[in-house]
Amino acid sequence: MRQIPILKIGELLLVSIQIDLQDQTVVALQEDLAEEIVRTGARGVIIDISAVDIVDSFIGRMFSTIAAMSRLMDAETVVVGMRPAVAITLVELGLSLDGVRTALDLEQGMRLLESSLGER
Amino acid sequence: MTTPPGGEPVGDVPVVSNDDVVRVRQIVRSAADSAGFSLVDQTKIVTAAGELARNTLVHGGGGTAVIERSVNDRRKAGLRIVFTDRGPGIPDVEQALTDGWSTGNGLGLGLSGARRLVDEFTLESAVGEGTTVTVVKWIR
Repeated sequence: MRQIPILKIGELLLVSIQIDLQDQTVVALQEDLAEEIVRTGARGVIIDISAVDIVDSFIGRMFSTIAAMSRLMDAETVVVGMRPAVAITLVELGLSLDGVRTALDLEQGMRLLESSLGER
Repeated sequence: MTTPPGGEPVGDVPVVSNDDVVRVRQIVRSAADSAGFSLVDQTKIVTAAGELARNTLVHGGGGTAVIERSVNDRRKAGLRIVFTDRGPGIPDVEQALTDGWSTGNGLGLGLSGARRLVDEFTLESAVGEGTTVTVVKWIR
C-alpha cells in the first residue's frame, strides 16, 4: 500500500492523489489528514483529484468523511479537479458528496478557501 | 473468425484482496479502451466493476471476476463481466438492490449504483451457496 503525501502551504494542506486508490489507502489518508490538521493547525484542506480516473462509492464517502472530520477541527475542505467523466458517473451512481465543497481546479480551490478563511 | 458463444475472454481475475479490486478496474479499463468505449462509458463500466469487485471481496469473502468481449445478436460489441463468489448469498435480492440498503458500513450504493451504470445486470444468489452478478455494457 502506498502512502499519499500531504503537503503544507501556509494555512492549507494539499493532497494530490496520483495513484489508483485502493480502500486501505483511502482509510489511511483519512487518518493521516486528521493528524496533520491537528499537528499543523491548518485551516483548510485541498484534495486534488485531477489525476483520478474513477471515484466510486467508497472514495466518495471518504471525501464526505474528510470534510466532516476537518470541519470538527476547524478546517474547511475543497475537492478540486474532478474530471467530467467522473462527475457524470458519480451522479449516475447516486453519490451527491454531501457537505463537500468543490472547485474546478487547484487555483480556484485555493482562492475559495482563502476568501472563506478571510471572512472568519 | 466467429466469436465463441461465451464471448472472447479478456481476463480471469481472482478477487481476494484490495489490490485485486484495483487490478479488476485496471483490466476493465484497458479492455473498455481497446474495445472503443467512449471515455464516459469507460468510466462507468470501470466504476461499476470496482463496486462489484469490492462486494465480491467484502460480502462474498472473495471470488473471481471474468471479463470478456461480447457481441449481441445485432452484432453490437460490448464488455461482459461476471463476478462469482461462494459466500453466504443474499437472502433478499430485491432489498439488496435498493438504494441505501447496506449490510456493511458502506452507503448501500454498490449494487444499485453499479446497476445504473451498465446496460444489463443480472444477479443470481442462493443462501449458503454464493452470488453471481453479471453485467454488460454495449458500445454506443
